[in-house]
Amino acid sequence: MKVAYWPGCVSRGFTPELHGSMAKVAPMLDIELIELDRACCTGAGVIAEHNQELADTLNARTFALAQQEMANGAHMMMNICSTCQGAQSECQERLDANSEYREHVNESLAPEGLRYEHGIQNKHFLWLMVEEIGLDIIASKVVRPLTDLRVGPFYGCYIVRPTDRVGIDDQHPRDRYLQMLIETLGGTVVDYAGAYKCCGFPIITMNKEASLKQAGRHLGDAADADADCLVTPCPLCHLNLDLQQPMAEKAVGRELNLPVLHLPQLVGLAFGLEPKELGMNKHVVKPTTVIDWSTSVVGRVGASVGARAAS
Amino acid sequence: MSEYTLKLRRYSPESGDPAFWEEFKVDLDGHRSVLDGILQAKDREDGSIGIRCSCRAAICGSCGVKINGRPGLACHMHLEEAQRRADQNGGVITVEPMGNMPVLKDLIVDMDAVHWKKVQRVTPWLIPEGEHPEREYIVAKEAMVDVTQSMACIQCGACVSDCLSMEVDPLFVGPAALAKAYRFVGDPRDGQQFERLKDLSEDPHGIYDCTHCFNCIEACPKGVAPMSQIMRLRRIAGSDHGIDDRNNGHRHEKAFVKNIEKNGLLHEADLLPDSYGGKFHPRAVPELLASLPVALKGLQRGKITPKKALLHAHKAPKDVKRIFERVHSQQKRYELNLYVSGKDEDLPGGEEMQDVNQGAQAHGTPASSSAERSPNQA
Repeated sequence: MKVAYWPGCVSRGFTPELHGSMAKVAPMLDIELIELDRACCTGAGVIAEHNQELADTLNARTFALAQQEMANGAHMMMNICSTCQGAQSECQERLDANSEYREHVNESLAPEGLRYEHGIQNKHFLWLMVEEIGLDIIASKVVRPLTDLRVGPFYGCYIVRPTDRVGIDDQHPRDRYLQMLIETLGGTVVDYAGAYKCCGFPIITMNKEASLKQAGRHLGDAADADADCLVTPCPLCHLNLDLQQPMAEKAVGRELNLPVLHLPQLVGLAFGLEPKELGMNKHVVKPTTVIDWSTSVVGRVGASVGARAAS
Repeated sequence: MSEYTLKLRRYSPESGDPAFWEEFKVDLDGHRSVLDGILQAKDREDGSIGIRCSCRAAICGSCGVKINGRPGLACHMHLEEAQRRADQNGGVITVEPMGNMPVLKDLIVDMDAVHWKKVQRVTPWLIPEGEHPEREYIVAKEAMVDVTQSMACIQCGACVSDCLSMEVDPLFVGPAALAKAYRFVGDPRDGQQFERLKDLSEDPHGIYDCTHCFNCIEACPKGVAPMSQIMRLRRIAGSDHGIDDRNNGHRHEKAFVKNIEKNGLLHEADLLPDSYGGKFHPRAVPELLASLPVALKGLQRGKITPKKALLHAHKAPKDVKRIFERVHSQQKRYELNLYVSGKDEDLPGGEEMQDVNQGAQAHGTPASSSAERSPNQA
């Protein structure tokens, strides 16, 4: 399956392991990634906060570029960043709802011969795996089941709210997909309070204490529920949960040491890829509770507490 | 009639006992509300169940609770719907008091201590300036339509209950009060727009403390979308009044927008210092020093490379720059509020929306009528 692929900014900036692991996992799922290399940042909600029309126009431009690829055989557009997905869904909602507004925005794209046509299909990698590829196919590709690995899903905000905008309903329980996927890969789902909460990243420059307290609280809740790691479909959540974890530890006054995996990394591990190939050495919190680095065997090596003490 | 089981969270502070769950069986039609269920249990089984209610028609905002973990009005949820949602996780309808506010008894929370105090904090009344007109104020219709969304608030506290910023920062002014603030900021009769915005921008727990989590939008039974109102407050404070607040809220926004205009993609290494006013700004220095350990760790792990941090590998394509210029040169911001404008009537309803927004179509199945109209469907 060919997809018009929007990797986002952070997956090529401070979390290069996300883009890298996606590129490794895609061929194993028969996904051909047609990168939208001329597209620009979705605005992550900040540009929409500054000027709605600006955000809508920039994303309409990205959609138009994707639609060109779709005219050439790509099936749909795909994201690997929840924040991109949410920001784009918000713009798409406005663009699709009002033809007059859409025309107004399209006028800004016209000089380059671009035009956004109503109704692009744009899915996050998580949705694409469950809805387009199917969990049975994914299960058939698992060569190293994540047996005994206790994984806490961390959705973040943009991919689960508002439910009608992100298309969650009875037929598409997209707010359960991470749990379904973890189980398909052979892992154990950890139920904890933070799965649908905010990582705090958007206010890191405005209210650092509140931001880090959010990250620290959710990591702590997951650790208390005996999680070995978290998995997140959002690289911005990853920044606050992993890169900032040493600071979050200070904010909440406890040791956390909880590895956080990107979605394609978790999939790649179960498909038999090596942790290093998936860029897991680039994490700030070493995923030692996930992997025994000496043998690359996935799973809990002894109790998680033991592994943490050893790290 | 059907039988439903309601699992209520009971708590009586004066008893000295901890909170506990108690199940009640109620016998009602599925289209009756969860509130009707609670009132039947109170009537038939235990008169001491504490619940606040009045209109039973989603107008008074008294019966805010959490049903199956989600905030809302007890009178605004059918028992059959609550059961259907409960079936998806666990099977029993749970009802508990709202969050972020102290519990007075059972399902009753102290709205005064949190919600009403915060509403008072935003000066929720009109302060006109200048000579009063002889008769009524004449106001453009569009201006009043603009504030109707925030006026739809019934003060039930559902958004306050699930505010994730308030969870870690109890002083955050919060979604309900800030939506109320917009009701007056957006009112052309008010003469204190700048003062109100200055106050709420400079407050460390004001408009820039919202973490953009959408929980309030999801919680509101009236479509007020408090977070959208907060974003409008930010927009007017920053772009119209140029308020550079001490929280670096507006600076961060400007830095972000400038960053994308220049690079096309976000260049993270510039965003942090620019959000504080620039690398060499006195404000930025302590912040950058504080984040040094994080940057060093990133370097050590190869997450951040000096080359990536210093060089600007990306340049915004020309047409991206042109879009920025074009939109910024317009005199008036074009804002489409779907709450006010609604959606195109010609949309053929459910089928198309599902097709478009939810991508329900398995790939390979024949395109629906709506998809056929789009030339870009594969």
